[in-house]
Amino acid sequence: MSKKSFRAAVNEALAQEMRRDPTVIVMGEDNAGGMGAPGADDAWGGVLGVTKGLMPEFGRERVLDTPISESAFIGAAVGAAACGLRPVAELMFVDFLGVCFDQIFNQAAKFRYMFGGKATTPVVIRTMYGAGLRAASQHSQCLYPIFTHIPGLKVVIPSSPYEAKGLLIEAIRDDDPVIFFEHKLLYDEEEEVPDEPYRIPFGEANVTREGGDVTIVALGRMVKLAGEVADKLLKEGIAATVIDPRTTSPLDTASILDSVRETGRLVVVDEASPRCNLATDIAAFATENAFGALKAPIRMVSPPHTPVPFAPELEDLYMPGAKEIEAAVRAVADYAH
Amino acid sequence: MTDPSTGSPITALTMPKWGLVMSEGKIVAWKKREGESVAAGEEILEIETTKITNVVETPQSGTLRRIVAPEGATLPVGALLAVIAQRSASDPEIDAFVAGFKAPEVAEEGAAAAEAGPRAIEAGGRRLSYFELGQGAGTPLLFLHGFGADLNSWMFLQPALAEGRRAIALDLPGHGGSSKEVGAGDAASLAEAAEGALEALGIESVHLVGHSLGGAVAVLVARRRPDKVRSLNLIASAGLGPEINAAFIDGFIRASRRREAQEALSLLVHDPALLSRRMVEDVLRYKRLDGVSAALEKIAAEWFPNGVQRVGIAEVAANLPMPVQIIWGREDRIIPVSHAERLASRLPVHILEGVGHLPHMEKAQEVAALLKAFIAA
Repeated sequence: MSKKSFRAAVNEALAQEMRRDPTVIVMGEDNAGGMGAPGADDAWGGVLGVTKGLMPEFGRERVLDTPISESAFIGAAVGAAACGLRPVAELMFVDFLGVCFDQIFNQAAKFRYMFGGKATTPVVIRTMYGAGLRAASQHSQCLYPIFTHIPGLKVVIPSSPYEAKGLLIEAIRDDDPVIFFEHKLLYDEEEEVPDEPYRIPFGEANVTREGGDVTIVALGRMVKLAGEVADKLLKEGIAATVIDPRTTSPLDTASILDSVRETGRLVVVDEASPRCNLATDIAAFATENAFGALKAPIRMVSPPHTPVPFAPELEDLYMPGAKEIEAAVRAVADYAH
Repeated sequence: MTDPSTGSPITALTMPKWGLVMSEGKIVAWKKREGESVAAGEEILEIETTKITNVVETPQSGTLRRIVAPEGATLPVGALLAVIAQRSASDPEIDAFVAGFKAPEVAEEGAAAAEAGPRAIEAGGRRLSYFELGQGAGTPLLFLHGFGADLNSWMFLQPALAEGRRAIALDLPGHGGSSKEVGAGDAASLAEAAEGALEALGIESVHLVGHSLGGAVAVLVARRRPDKVRSLNLIASAGLGPEINAAFIDGFIRASRRREAQEALSLLVHDPALLSRRMVEDVLRYKRLDGVSAALEKIAAEWFPNGVQRVGIAEVAANLPMPVQIIWGREDRIIPVSHAERLASRLPVHILEGVGHLPHMEKAQEVAALLKAFIAA
């Protein structure tokens, strides 16, 4: 056990799975780096250095640098998975997945269903998401709701280094296509992470705080912020439960409902654009199934329905933060008919 | 500090540090009120830790003059919780004491070792993790935990038993930070591992303290090495009768969700409300590690096939050449207290009321006192 960054935790999960299982391969733009160029190999390890060190250990046979053609290499990864490998494809920014929707939505997601369970597609697509890196509208989106929408895909949104390692190992060993979302601002977060491989099962929420007054469901980077707000408000006598669903497909609705039935108050924090995001989905689900328990309107904390702005001042204004979460929790806690 | 007018002490009650990872604690409840008389050793408050809610004893007889930390507050180790003094000490003196109180820098004895955390040795070709506290000429002491537990089981006892001696808590194979490869996983192989650990740690003479499965391991080590083992303390030990709660063993092995883990763990203690969230979370984290399920299944199949204990060493325990003491909780729902009662005519047996399968956590102070007295004698 030692302190590891989110980046190191992802790297360790990849390395340990590649050691354990020779069918696990890694592919993506600059995953090794320097392909065809003079100088040292393994110059990059991906755009943020997450796959650094893999190429020297496992060789170019298993760590593939691909052309900047997402539709081609995501298709290749899906095909390789259908033929018996376990590829982990890195698609630098989730924003670029638009050019390979057919490979993901119509092929990877459908094989098992359309071949009557006789085909498996154990592909993992790792991708960066989220605002905060001054990367502008085309490199800052939170597109996990789109993938959550497609039956046949599993969607994972780790909230910390410990979560990232265990969930990525589970993703690699899973026989279905998994889209694995890594928030740019989490890569340098550190916490205790076991050195040994471990798996965190999908569809099982992590309850990071327990309190009887308010339920906060938060995703990805928002989980930590929600926890900090909960700690602050506890000192004022508002006790919040904080639920990190970990995976949006499958979604652990039971944990959310159990808590909402107890607290009667729900805040959902989602960094994705507000129309048809996880906040609307979870709020609708809670309303349909726990209406009688609700003591206040459900509050959703999401950014405005605009592209992510490039101007730093506007981007800061755009991103939901502790202030917005706190205001929402206070609003539902103080709500009176 | 003393009260200048009477010469009697003004005593600070501070947040204790129990175990490796404790950096802060939460005040669950005060068992005494301001103004009440308290006797040294009396239970004064409950603190929630990473494992279980534990009781703090009064360090000094006197009057509970000031409660500084309210119920529900979370405070760092060493923080002032309350002030105990004679009635004669004036309120301004108490005020001055509170105002002038400075939490000691975390530099007390053992802090450096605690900072270092567990270390590892190689024994029998296997990596074993252990945590060591204390030093001195006293005979070293080795703690052996139970099925599915780890060296942190001893967080409350280890500091108390480390005065003047090395007190070492071991992770058995398949557990904690030790290798998840358990070999045969049977009684002999775990005893060999414990013996190998003594060797690797350079321990020639040792007091053994074992809980549950670790108790049976301790008996076997004592039988193999009567030359090394000076005394034996068996807490809710396995091996002393055939019955064991198979639902617990199965439930613990199966549990992958919080609720399942909580259900299994609640069988361990008399009052499940004492279990902390963190204890449940730590069990889940342990169980997620590669190899743990296989290790636990193998050990359970060897030790508890068909829900019955295969290792029967009550006669061995009763006839060991070194002193043996038995400690049990009356409300143990894992291994029945009758196993202890049957040995009461032959060995010193202490049965603690209102305690389940974890006397070393549920009544840590009482068990620590029993161990200390037994080892001293």
